Parts: sequence; structure tokens; C-alpha cells
Amino acid sequence: MKPARLSLSDVFRVGASGLHARPTRVILSALGIAIGIATMIAVIGISSSSREELLRQLDKLGTNMLTVSAGNTVFGEPSKLPVGAVDMVSRIAPVTSAAATGTVSTTVRRTAHIDEAVTGGITVQAATTSLLTTLEGGVAKGTWLNDATSRQPAVVLGARAAERLGITRTGVRVWMGGRWFTVIGILGPMPLAPEIERSALVGFPVAEEELGFDGHPTTLYERSAEEAVEGVREVLPRTVNPENPSEVEVSRPSDALAAKAAASGAFTNLLLGLGAVALLVGGVGVANTMVISVLERRKEIGLRRSLGATRGQVRVQFLSESLLLSALGGVAGAILGALATIGYALSQGWPPVVPPWSIGGAVGATLVIGTVAGLYPAMRAARLSPTVALSTS
Amino acid sequence: MNIVELRGVTKTYNGHVHALRGVDLTVSTGELLAIIGPSGSGKSTMLHMIGTLDRPTTGSVRIAGHSVLDLTDRQLSALRARHLGFVFQQFHLSPGVSALDNVADGLLYTGTPLRTRRERAASALERVGLGHRLDHKPNQMSGGEQQRVAVARAVVGDPPLLLADEPTGNLDSAAGAEVLKIIKELHEGGTTIAIITHDNEIAEWCPRQVRVRDGLVLS
Repeated sequence: MKPARLSLSDVFRVGASGLHARPTRVILSALGIAIGIATMIAVIGISSSSREELLRQLDKLGTNMLTVSAGNTVFGEPSKLPVGAVDMVSRIAPVTSAAATGTVSTTVRRTAHIDEAVTGGITVQAATTSLLTTLEGGVAKGTWLNDATSRQPAVVLGARAAERLGITRTGVRVWMGGRWFTVIGILGPMPLAPEIERSALVGFPVAEEELGFDGHPTTLYERSAEEAVEGVREVLPRTVNPENPSEVEVSRPSDALAAKAAASGAFTNLLLGLGAVALLVGGVGVANTMVISVLERRKEIGLRRSLGATRGQVRVQFLSESLLLSALGGVAGAILGALATIGYALSQGWPPVVPPWSIGGAVGATLVIGTVAGLYPAMRAARLSPTVALSTS
Repeated sequence: MNIVELRGVTKTYNGHVHALRGVDLTVSTGELLAIIGPSGSGKSTMLHMIGTLDRPTTGSVRIAGHSVLDLTDRQLSALRARHLGFVFQQFHLSPGVSALDNVADGLLYTGTPLRTRRERAASALERVGLGHRLDHKPNQMSGGEQQRVAVARAVVGDPPLLLADEPTGNLDSAAGAEVLKIIKELHEGGTTIAIITHDNEIAEWCPRQVRVRDGLVLS
């Protein structure tokens, strides 16, 4: 005589009927799992969204820009780039645009009455007219320098520089190197060249005439075709400073952003750990609910045994109940986590990204927790003697 | 043919509580009998033995031709699913589940598909006079109706042997009479029925009485 097998749908029905009878308890213990899963999905989703945003930014800014700066001589003194360096760089075949800035040793102030030492961290720089196109930047207000205004006492302020000087419109005057300069423009953000954001920029000719600038650039910016970047990088030092190529430093500003995108995982791991702890606590909650359920339902278990349920079928009943309970929490948590990710990403202006593997991982974690939490209560239920149904107490 | 055969059955709990001290009982197919005795007499233990819910300490138990001692726990479960029906004093219905599904669960462990289970449950409820109450939940029914649902669940699989443990113990006399009437009808339909009770009136109502006292059968 062999016992009949329960069909899968019957296993599901029996497991669900146990939950159906105690809705409040089911919601509360599923909530524990939901919080854990939601935390993990949101942490993964938000960090993925932020990385996606960085990559998009990188894509927009381009990774084909190199900067060249004057390094130090072999004796440790600051070296200078040759006066004609920009033209030389422009002549490298793959280079599409090149520009230069040179640090001018003066300060920019609202009036002459402000102490010269109070610079507000703003550097005065001479800039070639090609700088804005090379950086692919924009002007927030006013205009950029042209050949005419490069010869006149006109200045364009970087976004941060304008903010620190308290200047929000063009046409006002600032005190530079013992005379007034008129602000003709304020620049927008320059993510690849933050030093420009903190600069007050004037033309090369006026810097040499009025501010005692020696005409030697300190930094060169160039863009080339994407695939030629490495080749250009090779030849830049010799092109810029043929006599002392080792004194020249070449860098790729987009590398910093790429590194930031790659490094955003460190903090995520910590939060993920927190989510895992929440999930574990949720699992303990499910186990607790199941143990209490088995204690309360001794008579139901006895009745099912008298109806012909085997020990295995009782075990499967409580395991499926535990699995359903945690799956309920898992699904709710995944939805909550995805909503939190979408909400936060949209509020930050990021593209919302919920990686499918995180949802898959959440489902897997839920199933493991449901099984582990249900195993002990299910064993206890299966070990109960069928005669408990008949005990009248 | 004998559907129940107890031979020299003893049951000892914890090594010193002697619930049964050597019981012989034979029930042939189609009988309606009462097992009667005061509480503590061992009549509940006898129900456990006949219902294969527990095993004897010594002696042999044969139910529908199967020796309980030779069967595994899984095989005993299958025996209960196909050959035995139970009615309890406390009904043991699932709260929040309709009468139809409570009765259909009586076939859950027989491998019957859900649709067939429900069809047979509906006709079983018809048989106990509750054909109009299929969708009612236990808390919407009187005690007598609940016990009739429990009887329907016990007989939905047409088991040859029905065991009723104080089936009228929680009911008033009118509802009790109703349940006994259904039991009588089942008996007339050919089901072997054993009622465990301490009520003399119910015992006298049965064609055969088995009196139990101090773990022994008196008559």
C-alpha cells in the first residue's frame, strides 16, 4: 500500500491556506524580509544609477582630451613650456583643437581696498581664444574672449570664481594688477577642467602688456580623434618641449571620472552588508512565526495525519508555507527597492537602473531564507504524533 | 469478513501507565457498534489502535486485512487515507474555509484531482443534508451543522470503516439526534461504524456494545 503523491498545485494550496488563516501575522513577518530585500535592491540600484550617470557624463564629455603641464626641471625647479607650444601641438596630425593657459602672478579683487592676500583661491590666467572650443564648454552669461577682447582689459570668470567674487552679471568691473578689468562673461561648469572653474581668464596679449605675463603657457589642452589619443600622448612631450621632454607632464582628465565610476562600489558593500543583516533578521522572524504556527496547529496536523497525510507531506506543507511567506516578502521588497531606486534616481536627475541580477539575487536569497527558516519547524511538525488531534485538551 | 481484529493488545505509556491490558476485539464488515466506558477506561487508546494512529506495545492489530505491525508509517498513512474515516468531538474544521473545501480536503491525500474532490464533496454534503450550505464557513454554521460537515469529510472517500469519537459530545440533543440519524443512514448503506462514547443512551441505540473498563473489555 503506497501513499498518493500531492500534486504541486495541492502543495501550493495547502501552504497558502495556512497563511490565509492568519493575515496580520503573515504581513508582519513578510515585512521583515521585504525590508531586507528592499534595502539591498535600493543600494544596488542607486549605486548602479549613479555609475550609469557618471558613464553617461563621461560619454558626453569625451575621453579624447589630454592636458600637458609644465613639470619640474631635473633640479626640482618649476619648468616652463615654450612660448610657441600651442602651435606645435596643433600641427600634430590627429589633433583637432589645442589651447593654452598661462598662470599670471596677480590677483583679482572686487576693489583695490581689499587686501591683496585675500585671493579667494582664484587664479588669474591668460587663455587662448581656442580654450572654450577645446574644452567643449559653454558660457553661462555674456561672451567668451575673441581676438579683439583679448587685447583689451576684459575678463571672463570661471563659474566658481564668479561665485566667490559674488558676481552674477557681466559689465561689472574687477581690480586686477593695478587697474580695472570689465567682466564680459561667466563660464558654465567644466567637469574635465575644474581648475578653469576657479580662474579669471584674460587674453594672452593683454596679460603680457598690462599684467607682466611672460607669455609662457603653464597648461596645454588638446583634443584628438578618440583612437589616436595614445599615439598623441606618446609624441606630446617631445613636441612641446623638444629639449627637455621629461619635464613635461601629460594627463587624461577623463581618467579621474572613470576611476570615480569604478570606485563607487566601496561604500555600496557596507550598505549591502546592512541590507543582509536586515534580511537575516527577517529570516529569523519567519522562522519564529513558523515555530509558533506549528505549536498552535497541533490539532490541524493531527487531523491531516488522520486523513492520511504522511510525515513527508506534513513537512512539505510547512516548508511550502515558509517559502510562500518569504517569497511574499521578497516580491514586496523587490518592488519597494525598485521604486526607491527610481524615485531617488529621478530626484537626482540620474537614469534609473535596477540591474536584473539584483532581482535574481533577491529571489534566490528569499528562497534560501524561506527554506532555512522553515526546515526546523517543518521537522517538528512532521514528528508530531497523529494522536494529538484526538487529545481533547 | 472481519474488518477489525485486535488480539491480546496492550498499550503502556512511559513504561508504567497501562492504558490497555490485553484486549481482544473482532468487528465484522457492516457492523454498527459502540465502544463505551468512563473516562480513563482506555476507550480512547482503543480508538487510536483501531484508527492506526498509534501502535500497540504488544499484541496484534489487523485493519482491513493489513497487520499494523508490518506496515511503515507511510503505509499506515495510506491505509488511513483509503480505509478509514474519522469524526471527532471537536469537529476540527479549518476556519475561514468553505464547507465544500473542508470536505474536499478529506480526499486530499488520496491522489484525487481537485475538480473530482469538489464534486464528491458536494455530493457528500448533499448526503448529510447540507447541499444548500456549500459556501458557508464553519463560523457561519451551528454546532450540529459543523459536525455534519465533519461527517461528510469523513465519508467523502467512502471508507469501509468510520470511527466516531464522542460525535455528539459537543451538541445539544436535537443536533445530536440529527448526527446519529446520518450515522444510521451510513450504516444502512453498508459502512462499518464504531462510536466511542461514555453516553449509555447512545450505546443502547447501537446494535452492539463493547464495554471497556480499566484497559479491559468487559463484554
